[in-house]
Amino acid sequence: MAILCDKDTRLIVQGMGRMGRFHANLSREYGTQVVGGVAPGKGGSEIEGTPIFDTVADAVKKTGADASVIFVPPPAAADAILEAANAGIRLAVCITEGIPVLDMARAKSALADSEMRLIGPNCPGVVTPEQCRIGIMPAQITRPGPVGVVSRSGTLTYEAVDQLSRLGIGQSSCLGIGGDPVIGTNFIDALALFEADPDTRAVVMIGEIGGSAEEEAAEFVQSNMTKPVVAFVAGQNAPAGKRMGHAGAIIAGGKGRASDKIAALEAAGVAVAESPAMIGRTLVVAAPELAA
Amino acid sequence: MNIHEYQAKGLLRAFGVAVPEGQLATTPEEAEQAAKALGTSVVVVKAQVHAGGRGKAGGVKVVKSPADAKKAASDILGMTLHTPQTPPEGKLVRKVYVEAGSDIADELYLAILFDRSAEEFAIVASTEGGMEIEEVAAETPEKILTVHVEPNVGLQEYQVRKLGFGLGLSNDGVRKLLPFVRGLFDLYIAKDCSQVEINPLVVTEQGELLALDGKINFDDNALYRHPDIAELRDRDEEDERERAANEIDLAYVGLDGNIGCMVNGAGLAMATLDMIHYCGGTPANFLDAGGGADTEKVKQAFKLILCDENVEAILVNIFGGIVRCDLIAEGVVAAAADLGIRVPLVVRLQGTMAEEGRKILAESGLDITPAETLQEAGELAVAAAKGGAA
Repeated sequence: MAILCDKDTRLIVQGMGRMGRFHANLSREYGTQVVGGVAPGKGGSEIEGTPIFDTVADAVKKTGADASVIFVPPPAAADAILEAANAGIRLAVCITEGIPVLDMARAKSALADSEMRLIGPNCPGVVTPEQCRIGIMPAQITRPGPVGVVSRSGTLTYEAVDQLSRLGIGQSSCLGIGGDPVIGTNFIDALALFEADPDTRAVVMIGEIGGSAEEEAAEFVQSNMTKPVVAFVAGQNAPAGKRMGHAGAIIAGGKGRASDKIAALEAAGVAVAESPAMIGRTLVVAAPELAA
Repeated sequence: MNIHEYQAKGLLRAFGVAVPEGQLATTPEEAEQAAKALGTSVVVVKAQVHAGGRGKAGGVKVVKSPADAKKAASDILGMTLHTPQTPPEGKLVRKVYVEAGSDIADELYLAILFDRSAEEFAIVASTEGGMEIEEVAAETPEKILTVHVEPNVGLQEYQVRKLGFGLGLSNDGVRKLLPFVRGLFDLYIAKDCSQVEINPLVVTEQGELLALDGKINFDDNALYRHPDIAELRDRDEEDERERAANEIDLAYVGLDGNIGCMVNGAGLAMATLDMIHYCGGTPANFLDAGGGADTEKVKQAFKLILCDENVEAILVNIFGGIVRCDLIAEGVVAAAADLGIRVPLVVRLQGTMAEEGRKILAESGLDITPAETLQEAGELAVAAAKGGAA
């Protein structure tokens, strides 16, 4: 099981530039079925062994692809997302960083009636250990197991996964939802997927300053989650009014502070790691049976 | 990106939003000339800096003659303004905006922003103009009116009527609010703003609506399609190091501690600051070297960190995904050779090519303290900084 992707996932790559090609190859080496790439005007050719199509629709028709990873540059990324939805893709993972908010707001609204799930943008993607890698995560640090990991950040996801793996605790799926103000899949969506997944027995959730996604997730945990959830919130010492790398990581108008998020999570029964070095150990305390 | 009030008013005017007449001045003489040209009995001389709260700090003066405008400008120009929104060192005033005075009957608040929870635009209005809106929201939330605009539907007139009648405007006032809000919304969308705030929006004695102050922020990610807006950037208003970092595509935020940080990824970079605090230290900066970090970028990042004289130790924390630790290590070695790093250096490499990277550092002969875990990295960096201070 796991969430979102597994060994049967058939992946195409939208945007076969340097990054797209590089990660298509890494995903294939990991065992992911990378069945095609989309590069308008280059249909019929092959790039490093990957068959290329002019449109996503064409790629879906000829390869049976059900997932797409998007490396298209910001000005064309929202268009790429909508093209994937139009072509009947089930899961689109958008890696692109720097898409204007207006473009994403419109695209997200247009996706409301679509069957497609969007992950990201500005995210590292999703890995189901030993089955499927979509995006840019260093999959070698993951190992199969019972813990679902969901995070707004990339490298901090790796840090959490690494801590779990070193403690001998594997992961069902590891998901980066992205650091932008508008993202396709939020914490609540991811928590619901993990709650429904029989292979997931606990969840690690990594938030950061900005917005109120963690507070909303806390409410969801309280009323809907039966599995233990542990969390960390990055940016406890971030100054107000400064954008901390991610477009969405900013304390604005007194809102989006880490302290408020931590308080909301703790009030919902979520064990929050005191320091980023204690994410793994916090999970062991919350779900000791998983560490055996 | 932020712009000045005078620039914001230029944009508002271009989108049909009523603003008082005004002129920019950089000398007292220009201010006098501007006041003469305006020809009104009252003029307002306003400091142009990227910060709110100017009035209380002495950056806004109401005067009644061109001679007094000159005097006010000479007081304000060159002063260092301290408001709740300025950095601790304050902001130097380099220009003033000389504006025609208005007969104010009522002060309202109006803003457009993006509501992240609703994923829609929000138009926020209040009868409590001229106040800090966060305070109004906290103390009298019933005085805040909000309508949400769906991104693919756009602004509808009923939404403006709802705000107008909610604000208690006369029928005539509501009628005048329609083009006013329409102009603001068109500007917001056309220029990819992230916030447009009119505080106060005044109703004059004659019943006209005027944007007395205007604050506009833009979505940095959309500046590529607005060269006209990008040109409004005032480098003088930006932190020198943040500006330098921006030019080499690094995300950098200066802080007031003594441990310089170089990290890849925004989340891990924030977490590294948290780790340092947890271990009893204080970070000197946030620095996300990004996914494209290579030897050259590492060198640039070191240069930037070392510009800060408070730095007594540097912590490099890299979790390689896209980033290769061996390239980072080469960058560290190159930077140490070229820049002569004067402070203790703690380096933690994990992930892609970490073994190779550690080997490069170990064989370099440089005095580098390696760290294995995040905890260890934090502790070693804090200890190193304390050692440096002793």
